[in-house]
Amino acid sequence: MVRLTTEARELSDYRRREESVSFSEETVVEGDRELLTLNIGPHHPATHGVLRLVVTMDGEIIRDVNPVIGYLHTGIEKTAEVKSYWKAIPVIERMDYLAYYFNGMGYCGAVEKLLGIEVPRRAQYLRVIHLELNRIMSHLVWLGTSMLDLGAISVWWYCFREREQLLDLFEMSSGQRMHTRYVQVGGVGEDIPPGWEEKVREFLAIMPERCEVYSDLLSKNEIFLQRMRGVCPMEAEVLRTLGVTGPLLRAAGDPWDLRKAMPYSSYDEFEFKIPIGTQGDNYDRYAVRLAEIKESVKIVEQALDGLPEGPYITEDRKVALPPRHELATSMEALIHHFKLVTEGMRVPEGEVYNAIEGPRGEYGVFIRSDGSSKPARVHMRDPSFINLQATPMLVEGSLLADMIATLAVMDPIIGGVDR
Amino acid sequence: MPDAAELERLAGVVGADSVLGTVHTDCRSEISIRPEAIVSALARMRAEGYEDLRSVHGVDYFPEEPRLCVKYEMLSRERLDRISLSLRVPLEDPRVPSVTPEWPTANWPEREAYDMFGIVFEGHPDLRRILMPEDYEGYPQRRDFPIGGEPVIFTHNEDSVPGWFD
Repeated sequence: MVRLTTEARELSDYRRREESVSFSEETVVEGDRELLTLNIGPHHPATHGVLRLVVTMDGEIIRDVNPVIGYLHTGIEKTAEVKSYWKAIPVIERMDYLAYYFNGMGYCGAVEKLLGIEVPRRAQYLRVIHLELNRIMSHLVWLGTSMLDLGAISVWWYCFREREQLLDLFEMSSGQRMHTRYVQVGGVGEDIPPGWEEKVREFLAIMPERCEVYSDLLSKNEIFLQRMRGVCPMEAEVLRTLGVTGPLLRAAGDPWDLRKAMPYSSYDEFEFKIPIGTQGDNYDRYAVRLAEIKESVKIVEQALDGLPEGPYITEDRKVALPPRHELATSMEALIHHFKLVTEGMRVPEGEVYNAIEGPRGEYGVFIRSDGSSKPARVHMRDPSFINLQATPMLVEGSLLADMIATLAVMDPIIGGVDR
Repeated sequence: MPDAAELERLAGVVGADSVLGTVHTDCRSEISIRPEAIVSALARMRAEGYEDLRSVHGVDYFPEEPRLCVKYEMLSRERLDRISLSLRVPLEDPRVPSVTPEWPTANWPEREAYDMFGIVFEGHPDLRRILMPEDYEGYPQRRDFPIGGEPVIFTHNEDSVPGWFD
């Protein structure tokens, strides 16, 4: 029997693990052409996170892509099972780290459905305002970073300038720039502070104009157009069978948007359009997102105009903390506060699937409750995870450089993919 | 979400021999079916207008038996309605027919359920672990898998963590 040295054993173990990664279905030599397997990532600036791509190429042409994920898996769903319902919100917000309001909204909406509680109208409007500001923020980060991948550096600075303004707004309303934990079960964490509305309106006044700036920088840029137009198109039907949702699907001409189709949180009270594309190529994906920013601005304006008075979180003391001033005078408030902070709320037994429209598509949350104060199972249908499945079909037959561009334009957030 | 009467009708469409029961609450309509009937059940739901498979969830009902469960969230864009199909398999024999050939979107979610719960999807084209490392042992989302069951490896303890170098 041959005893392997430690070094050799490590090497063989490495080989064994690599063996199960299927590099390509095709033979290595195809006629007189040789296929090349290229590994990109997991740490590579163009992969937008810790994503690994095993690419099989014929010269410059992509024949097959195999995304290998899981490098950012942090077991958030498992962690949520040992936290009481409202203490799970912060970990869940950290999944799709560019859409934290959406994470919180999807999760809290699901818990509210299980509890059967009504969210006050002011809270619904405040949620909508923050969700749409978050959508703008997410699209700005997407625009800046993907154009960086195409070599357009200046637009990145402009996008992040506006994003900074948004993060300041988030900080003002919740105390945090990212992962704000603003959406709570039953409402929102805090009412908006004085002066916040004016600041939002200032931002809304400049944002459409700024969109024109991005558009001027990009839409008339010949290099940009050549890199985007007609690159990696896909029909809406194919995308639908792959489960792709959000701007990627709408760019292919399918106007499916949960905000319109199955409204939640008073989205039916706002006037807005759903931008769609015609070709389903990278240019349409860019144009749809840019148009969505403008629509989000309109929604926030309407929500600020019609912001109803009233409580910002449900009055149900079993679900929401009592206001601070009550603690000094009311024994009951103190008991409720104590019970909620130590044990958390008890949620009736049941299961629910709650879906909202995130910046990347349908963000769904499945919760199983066993009647205790901790969820028995939390599962996310993260749009990045589902959309990323379409990568091999999208980029097959395109150039390597176009694959990098397409991956950027697909906008997968690896925190959401790996959870 | 279909109302109770519509849910019963849909359960009838799926077929009395494959339906085990229905669940109708304020926030959910669910048909539980036999595991072997899932492919035909989904095909029948598609004919009823539920053309989109939105999500596949793995669930562990420990300590109930059969323990492991797979849930399929269906969406009808015509009716603007959602319905769920659910099936249960025992821990000793967690085999479920894969729906990936008919529903390509189920590819990674099924791999995830395999990875996290050890549910084997028969007929899946590429059933490998997806989020956990390839050589990982155990199914971390099961209810009896302990939190902190795996030592965290730092530079100071990497030699002493059992199984790390072997």
